Amino acid sequence: MLEVKNLHKSFGDATVLKGISTVFNPGETSLVIGQSGSGKTVFIKCLLGLYSYEEGCISYDGKIFSELSEKEKRNLRGDIGMVFQSSALFDSMTIADNVMFPLQMFTKMSKSEMEDRADFVLKRVNLDDAHKKMPSEASGGMQKRVAIARAIVNNPKYLFCDEPNSGLDPKTAIVIDNLIQEITDEYQITTVINSHDMNSVMEIGEKIVFLKNGIKEWEGSSETIFKTDNEAVTDFVYSSELFKKVRKMYIEENQ
Amino acid sequence: MMIAEMFRKPTKWSVMKQLILKDIDDLVIDSLGIVAFISFFVGGVITIQTALNIENPLIPRYLVGFATRQSVILEFAPTFTSIIMAGKVGSYITSSIGTMRVTEQIDALEVMGINSLNYLVFPKFIAMLFYPFAIAIGMFLGVLGGLAACVYGGYTSIDDYIMGVQLDFETFHMIYAFIKTFVFAFVLATIPSFYGYYMKGGALEVGKASTTSFVWTSVVIILLNYILTNMMLG
Repeated sequence: MLEVKNLHKSFGDATVLKGISTVFNPGETSLVIGQSGSGKTVFIKCLLGLYSYEEGCISYDGKIFSELSEKEKRNLRGDIGMVFQSSALFDSMTIADNVMFPLQMFTKMSKSEMEDRADFVLKRVNLDDAHKKMPSEASGGMQKRVAIARAIVNNPKYLFCDEPNSGLDPKTAIVIDNLIQEITDEYQITTVINSHDMNSVMEIGEKIVFLKNGIKEWEGSSETIFKTDNEAVTDFVYSSELFKKVRKMYIEENQ
Repeated sequence: MMIAEMFRKPTKWSVMKQLILKDIDDLVIDSLGIVAFISFFVGGVITIQTALNIENPLIPRYLVGFATRQSVILEFAPTFTSIIMAGKVGSYITSSIGTMRVTEQIDALEVMGINSLNYLVFPKFIAMLFYPFAIAIGMFLGVLGGLAACVYGGYTSIDDYIMGVQLDFETFHMIYAFIKTFVFAFVLATIPSFYGYYMKGGALEVGKASTTSFVWTSVVIILLNYILTNMMLG
């Protein structure tokens, strides 16, 4: 379980996060949504320890991150997988080497054991024959799947995804969403996804945290987001005509 | 601060070993061609210029070999080759690390709990310890280029040239040249890494960082060259 209490973060005079508190549970796909500049990326980077923060606390399974020793932080990072918006694959390595990288760094596995594990996770993300390709030879969707494979290869307890669907066509985006949700269920991972893709919100949002100007404006699920009266949420989520119609139909059906 | 951080939390040796070997290949071995080419022809040009400027018949012709040796060993090979390397190796280091920064690869390393400075910069620092071998080859080929210019240009006899090369040879000059080379190797590994690692922005900024790193690496090499020469030979 990942718990955030009263998180404040500023850059100079600009306060980006203003007292955010929430809980992310294992086996649950949680989405952090909000407009560009609402503080989503800063929030996720604070959770990962990439940014320090002025006030508040972040605890992983009850252990407060800022109070951990360097060694404990390193061990915790071994339990964290991250899928970056740009995939962030190491472009000097093959796809298989990218996936094996966390194993090389954090385990004492033999080369054949690492290769077996890489085979397994690459099959899990439906990439059977891409081992020897370089990241530059892979499509955007393939790169995202490799990034997911790399993030889960070490059996993480926590999976963070920063806009995993950006730049992907709708069909591939659904494949990636479903894959993340399946993996979350299968391995009971605490998954936090940073997104402004409304399809993802509706498809896999078991928990949704809506940020606006650095404040947690609303919290709920893909079910309750249809019923909410919160104007900021409805303005953001149902900004397109299509989603406005979908919401209207949903409300009419449930009345 | 960057250098202190580079030595903290070292990467696993089995991984580091491969990174060092790769960087020796990328930074030193891949530079041998350009170092050899430039050294050979600049050595030849120094010989031609020296020979053409000795008009007084009382000045012995073997001084052509002497002047070429001194110019190549004391200045051209360690200093000017390093400035050329600031363009080749320095730009490569800045752009490769800068691209990793822009594409979040450095963030990916940090999230995994890897000391990215140690992972990225330390192997380059160790690889550049082999840079003096490239300079030694440059020295040899510079003198050889002078010899070739003598033979094919007829500026002086081979015997005179070789006599000049051997004349008043001081071992300390070699020590001085290699001390400078080691210092420049350190500069070539660290300044471009700094500009790549701490850059902000996108692809355009990677290009700007490479240019800035080349300028500052060259400036620091020139200044250190003056200071070291004054300290050791002055």
